[in-house]
Amino acid sequence: MATDASFSIHKAMPTTEALSRSTSNSPWKSFWNSILHMPWTWRIMFAYLAFMLFLPVAAMLTKSLTIGPAEFWRIATSPLALSTYDVTFTTSLVAALIDGVFGVLIAWILVRYTFPLKKLVDASIDLPFALPTAVAGLTLATVYSENGWIGSLLAPFGIKIAFTRLGVGIAMMFISLPFVVRTVQPVLMQIEKETEEAAWSLGASSWQTFWRVLLPPLFPAILTGVALGFSRAVGEFGSTVIISSNTPFKDLIAPILIFQRLEQYDYAGATVIGMVLLIISLLMLLVINFIQVWGKRYD
Amino acid sequence: MTDVSSSFLPASNTPPKSATGQEQKWVPIVLIGIALAFLALILYIPAINVFYQAFHKGFGPFLHNLGEPNFQHAARMTLGLAAIAVPLNTIFGLCTAWALARKRFRGRTLLLSIIDLPFAISPVVAGLMIVLLYGRNGWFGPFLQERGIQIVFAFPAMMLATAFVSMPFVAREVIPVLEEEGTDQEEAAYTLGANPWQTFWRVTVPNIRWGLLYGILLTNARAMGEFGAVSVVSGNIAGKTQSLPLFVEEAYKSYDTEAAYSAAVLLALLAVVTLVLKEILERRTGGHLKKTH
Repeated sequence: MATDASFSIHKAMPTTEALSRSTSNSPWKSFWNSILHMPWTWRIMFAYLAFMLFLPVAAMLTKSLTIGPAEFWRIATSPLALSTYDVTFTTSLVAALIDGVFGVLIAWILVRYTFPLKKLVDASIDLPFALPTAVAGLTLATVYSENGWIGSLLAPFGIKIAFTRLGVGIAMMFISLPFVVRTVQPVLMQIEKETEEAAWSLGASSWQTFWRVLLPPLFPAILTGVALGFSRAVGEFGSTVIISSNTPFKDLIAPILIFQRLEQYDYAGATVIGMVLLIISLLMLLVINFIQVWGKRYD
Repeated sequence: MTDVSSSFLPASNTPPKSATGQEQKWVPIVLIGIALAFLALILYIPAINVFYQAFHKGFGPFLHNLGEPNFQHAARMTLGLAAIAVPLNTIFGLCTAWALARKRFRGRTLLLSIIDLPFAISPVVAGLMIVLLYGRNGWFGPFLQERGIQIVFAFPAMMLATAFVSMPFVAREVIPVLEEEGTDQEEAAYTLGANPWQTFWRVTVPNIRWGLLYGILLTNARAMGEFGAVSVVSGNIAGKTQSLPLFVEEAYKSYDTEAAYSAAVLLALLAVVTLVLKEILERRTGGHLKKTH
């Protein structure tokens, strides 16, 4: 029966069989083979990817190549560009690190404790994924403005949040929080409570248990979450453009600079800053993959 | 607060050791308190504020704003964008999942990472790419201009931008489900004489339906809420190339806070509905779907 089934599968899908066989041949031959014998699902996938992803990326790469290395470098390192990198990357990093601390805490209380409305709290963590960023920016700008609910409490101390770098940081913390919680939560669930109890019964304090027993296996997940949150915060535009005053050298971030350059029809300027952001996001992707591979050493 | 605190107990029912018992009692309460305070500052107060600002003067101003032609146009635009981008990405996602889930080959991991790229690329950069491709000075600029086809600063580019940023969701959700299902049932269907099409609709789709719906749900939420990429390619002309999120920003920047919040509350409701459906789908599959995006 089993052989019968597999036989008919091969008959039904000869192309996939050819595809899997072709990988063992020489690279070029196998490349052509796989294109010629590609099932239609593959064709749709590659056609869509080519049209939607490869073509736009190629357009940007060729545009950046026409600028020339010297001019590219001049635009990429202009004082205004440098200040936007500083605001973007420093603020994103600080926001992601704060989220790292509180994200672990939130994951911890969701996994280990019971409290009223816990299910609701758990579901609400995904709010930043679901809430359009323009709405997030709008409401954060209102709440943290000088006469907003939270901003008005801080105004007497001379702390301004909305329309400053702090506000940009708050918006970045808002959008990156779920990345940390949702990366740490499943790993924390897998750590058996017995491990901690063993540490306790051997006389370790809660603090020692946390640092020596819990943190090491959690660390790759925390790092992945922080890295994901960071790369999301770096690219964020919708919420930050509303809560920032977009003042150059103060709270102007790189994505907004790209937008302004485009508004001025300065395509070269926009492309260069865009390339810098693109390269950083690709590097972050590599780093995240590396962290995940490194984290697997515990499995 | 005091009557609630009695239920703030560690989830385990084994009594803690007497040495740590004293600590155990207040530690959870403090930790939960700090976490909830943080969430309140970052998530809950801002979320409640959306509804407060929209409705604190009653439903009158809200309903009035809903009747504005620019608002209605923006709402139709958003629905139109989602109506095209979501099916396109669903077809792409299904084909990709089908192509990649059950095969192991060199470069598979790379291909999976490439499919995830739209999440890593800043929406503004995505919009910039589309402008560089179809804009006046772009690759296809002269070609399109000769034929009088407008893509950038018009609906087509907004659609492309929306589809770009919401591209990976369906594939991402369906691939793990397909991987888990295995091929047994499909092989059985083939042996019983079903053709690939029948097998797909009668065996595969029912098996992956929750993952698929989950992916479509996330695609839709992102498509309707996208701001950055759409804002770059649209030109943001009120009543012409303005989607709801763009309407929110423009109304706010022109000090029409009321209109901004009327539109914002609709988008927030969309987010709430998305979260509720997400929760239901996650329950259906026993938490298999829960992970980061």
